[in-house]
Amino acid sequence: MKLLEHQGKQLLAQAGVPVPRGRVVTTPEAAQQAAAVLGCRVALKAQVPAGKRGKAGGIGFADTPEDAAGSAARLLGSELAGSHVDAVLVEEAADIAKELYASVLNDPAGKGPLVLFCPAGGMDIEELSARDPESIRRLGVDIRTGLTADAARSLVTGLGLGEHVEDQVTTALLTMYRLYRTVEAELVEVNPLVVTGAGEVVALDSKISLDPGALGRHAELLADLVPARDDTGTELERRGRELGLQYLELDGEVGVLANGAGLTMTTLDAVTHYGGKPANFLEIGGDAYTKATPALRLVLDNPRVRSLVVNFCGAFARTDVMTEGVLAAIEELRPELPIFFSIHGTGEEKAIRLVRERLGVEPYDTMDDAVKAAVAAAAGPVEGKVAG
Amino acid sequence: MLVSAQDNVVVQGLTGRQGSFWAERMAECGTRIVAGASPGKGGREVGGVPVYDSVADAAREHQLDVSVLFVPPLAVRKAAGDAVAAGVRKIVLLTEHVPYQDIMHVLAEARDHGARVLGPNTAGLVVPGVASVGIMPGFADNIFRPGSIGVISRSGSLGTLVALNLVSAGYGQSAFIGIGGDPILGTTTLDAVRELDEDERTEAIVLVGEIGGSMEEDAADYIAAMRKPVVAFIAGRSAPPDRRMGHAGAIVSAGKGSGTSKVDALTSAGATVVDLPSGVGDALLAAGVKPAA
Repeated sequence: MKLLEHQGKQLLAQAGVPVPRGRVVTTPEAAQQAAAVLGCRVALKAQVPAGKRGKAGGIGFADTPEDAAGSAARLLGSELAGSHVDAVLVEEAADIAKELYASVLNDPAGKGPLVLFCPAGGMDIEELSARDPESIRRLGVDIRTGLTADAARSLVTGLGLGEHVEDQVTTALLTMYRLYRTVEAELVEVNPLVVTGAGEVVALDSKISLDPGALGRHAELLADLVPARDDTGTELERRGRELGLQYLELDGEVGVLANGAGLTMTTLDAVTHYGGKPANFLEIGGDAYTKATPALRLVLDNPRVRSLVVNFCGAFARTDVMTEGVLAAIEELRPELPIFFSIHGTGEEKAIRLVRERLGVEPYDTMDDAVKAAVAAAAGPVEGKVAG
Repeated sequence: MLVSAQDNVVVQGLTGRQGSFWAERMAECGTRIVAGASPGKGGREVGGVPVYDSVADAAREHQLDVSVLFVPPLAVRKAAGDAVAAGVRKIVLLTEHVPYQDIMHVLAEARDHGARVLGPNTAGLVVPGVASVGIMPGFADNIFRPGSIGVISRSGSLGTLVALNLVSAGYGQSAFIGIGGDPILGTTTLDAVRELDEDERTEAIVLVGEIGGSMEEDAADYIAAMRKPVVAFIAGRSAPPDRRMGHAGAIVSAGKGSGTSKVDALTSAGATVVDLPSGVGDALLAAGVKPAA
């Protein structure tokens, strides 16, 4: 779960990392007022969960409260990187002497937490590592012992930052690590962490993303955060989210229903490989394998779908249970489009028998054949019946 | 991590619905399940297997080599910790949605005790004809058959499809290692490749990757120095960018983790990358690996 910049800054400030003075507003009038209270040149930053907002036009500056209102009016209600701008952060414009990069994140290779520091911040870390990988200092941490002050300091010394800045950055890294642990973040990134003209270290931006699997343990934290409205995606995608299903609407005509993320992606790849275009990504593996009925309804409610491939490979998810659900949905919804099955793995004998008996249809021996047939059907005239 | 016919397996969560169902399937595959562990359920039996309150209790009565966990996400840290502390050397974590920092704790403890961890969010481990630990259809002979191909997969369902395609093409498997779909894993692609490279029964490796992360790229240098042929399939190459494809790790973001980057890295390392799982048999044949007689 990605936090918005101001939510992340709220957590950083509470933990003890200095952030610029500022206020979140939702109207131009409030922006004007906030700028008047701050009484200085201000930055206005669209609060959307996307990087590179500056390049996308999501950040403005204003010297007067009136200009702040105008800038906020331009940002509020606009679309930025696929998200609707509901709120703008108005904060004092920083007097930047130097930009640094700092983050704490989960490291798949080290299988533990990783602290990164770079004396050249501002651009994103992928660009940084592509341009000058040597400049990024990395420190793997044993999660049981945590980050020590000496270890944190070792990341920032020898770079000519000066003792006053080194002290502050060391403290910031320790605080960020503590925050990463307390809220169980996947990522706590401050980029840039700036040194002001007066030599003070301030978090000018924040990117914090929380571990979805751990959210249940942080009810108090979530209650404090006004959740970012997740209105991204199409109506069908929002419906999928409400049902707890991973549904993505794509722009093709071949509907896909499969179990497991890997198999579903592969089915999409196969549709593309055989010259078709998939209409959706939808996986009902894992915990969702009993949700075949609402899943099928979701696929069929996409008006572009002209054929459907059902591809099940049972490991944990039993194909007979998933097939029961799909058949019940077919019998209820009576879809007027051809459906092509490929079923293998746990429960396959029963699942194949069910399809034969209840639909009078023969599942294909291979995914490739089922997909080819579905692609051909989507390209041909509408048949208006269930075929196999 | 591999499993042998002599390995004794303890099932944590054996008294649950999934635990008991899959314990029976695993036993059908030859797996030696000697004990179950479920807090507060000690003294019972499930399908003739004695249940203990803890792995430590079970370890007093049995030599335990492998533990497989059917426990809810928030119970994994303690349960896996118990297994490690009791001296179990191979831990298979099937559970999805385990908090990442819990996993990091488990992995740090395991490292100190010399234990290996597979998963989390894995479908498990199959050595056809020998044993199956997890939730793979190791009992289905159209999918798993003893042979010489080592399969590595992040996904259980896709791994099943690839295993099926191998058997259809006349090959069998020396092992199937499901490494799991999470971003933080006990056994990475590189760890599994190394294991199969050192395994005498494995003649060639089929690597089933997917978009997201950089585990496949991280294994490329090792693969380049290997003598055994590697055939790879990367799922999700047709996926649109910045959309998460089901698995927590499966996202292409800021140009990282793309199918192209993985295909390029593996191809440069000398692996054959196929477009679809159905191409795996032909690619093995072209690499000089003959089907089983």
